[in-house]
Amino acid sequence: MPPKIVPTDRKILMTSDLPAALEDLIACPTCDALYKAEIPKAGARMACKRCHRVLISPGRRAGAKIILLALAAFGLVMGAVFQPFLSIKRFWITRDATLVETALAFEGPLLILSIAMLALVILLPVTRLLLTVYVLSPLVLNKPALPFARVAFRIAETLRPWSMAEIFVLGAAIALIKIVDLAHVSLGPAVWLFGGFVILLALQNTLMCRWSVWKALDDA
Amino acid sequence: MHKVLTAETAGLIGCQRCARVWGAETNRCARCGARLKARRRHGVFWVWFWWVAGLAAYIPANLLPMLETRVLLTKSDDTIVAGALKLASHGSVLIAAVILLASVAIPIAKFAAIALLARSVSGGRGLGSNWNHRIYEAVEYIGRWSMIDVFVVAVLSSLVQFSVIATVKPGSAALAFTVSVICTMLSAQSFDSRRIWDADQSAELKK
Repeated sequence: MPPKIVPTDRKILMTSDLPAALEDLIACPTCDALYKAEIPKAGARMACKRCHRVLISPGRRAGAKIILLALAAFGLVMGAVFQPFLSIKRFWITRDATLVETALAFEGPLLILSIAMLALVILLPVTRLLLTVYVLSPLVLNKPALPFARVAFRIAETLRPWSMAEIFVLGAAIALIKIVDLAHVSLGPAVWLFGGFVILLALQNTLMCRWSVWKALDDA
Repeated sequence: MHKVLTAETAGLIGCQRCARVWGAETNRCARCGARLKARRRHGVFWVWFWWVAGLAAYIPANLLPMLETRVLLTKSDDTIVAGALKLASHGSVLIAAVILLASVAIPIAKFAAIALLARSVSGGRGLGSNWNHRIYEAVEYIGRWSMIDVFVVAVLSSLVQFSVIATVKPGSAALAFTVSVICTMLSAQSFDSRRIWDADQSAELKK
């Protein structure tokens, strides 16, 4: 398709900057500023000059690192789900709570909240991890993308604001400080596993350059 | 401020999911499958819809009990604010502050911020573009953190549940509060951020 660049307002156009093909352009998703996509050197980033949103941030072997981080994070969270999270001891009574039990604290009509919590804290982050591995693995191995890779990456992107594992960790820390006066509380292994999971998720997020993934899916 | 070339002024449309650029008449991004939305004239409808729904849920979230505590035979139902004040009076001022911040200050600030942004892009008076940019960034980043109090309540109650001395049960405010957070997140997501910067551009051209 020949690109149609019809300046609607001469005053603010710098037509000389415009390249020939649409696929070489990039529009900032936040503010719509238009740029020629120039892939910066690995480690550097191209950010929108107007709203400062990072547009392209390729990393050296970022894909492989992201996959490894995702697999490690998956292992940690699987461990965290079934281990005791916190245990509380008052006189002779000890009580352990696993992560799943914690989420299931709401009963009766509030059960829907339990389901929402399980989804926000465990299900959605894990789904995102698995989708990321599914999308990136063939790209890293220079193989054609797997079927529905685009749909998978789109879902992973949509779920991003809804995965709240790190918020849960802070909430658990507050609950812990609240209760420490009432009873003796000790941290179970799941706390460390889940903490590690949250850190790996954050690392993975900083390595992820979404534009590069879409571009790779285009080229694959 | 320098003038900026946007996809719209170039007669093109940018995908808000994957940043790919298409001709203005394109409806769906062929790369990522997202719907391509031109600046919608009535684009703030859904922002206000979720805003009102969120506010409607926020009121019971503050009036109903968040936490039902029974210690031996005494029973107390605390709303979010009452619970935080009680904590502060017991000496946990810092935690009380975090809870008040996450459950009261941030949600209220978020309602105000989204309302300001929605008003200023639909022609009303706003605080000016510089402020709008900062407000938008803050809303995007901080909004999710309001969920923290619901998580606190869940962890607390699952821990204390079966001990004989004390039981802590989540109250119905937790549900109302969660609904409110989800609605305000949807409200913020319905907002077309490009319109904030559009407003700058048109103000710039008028000068």
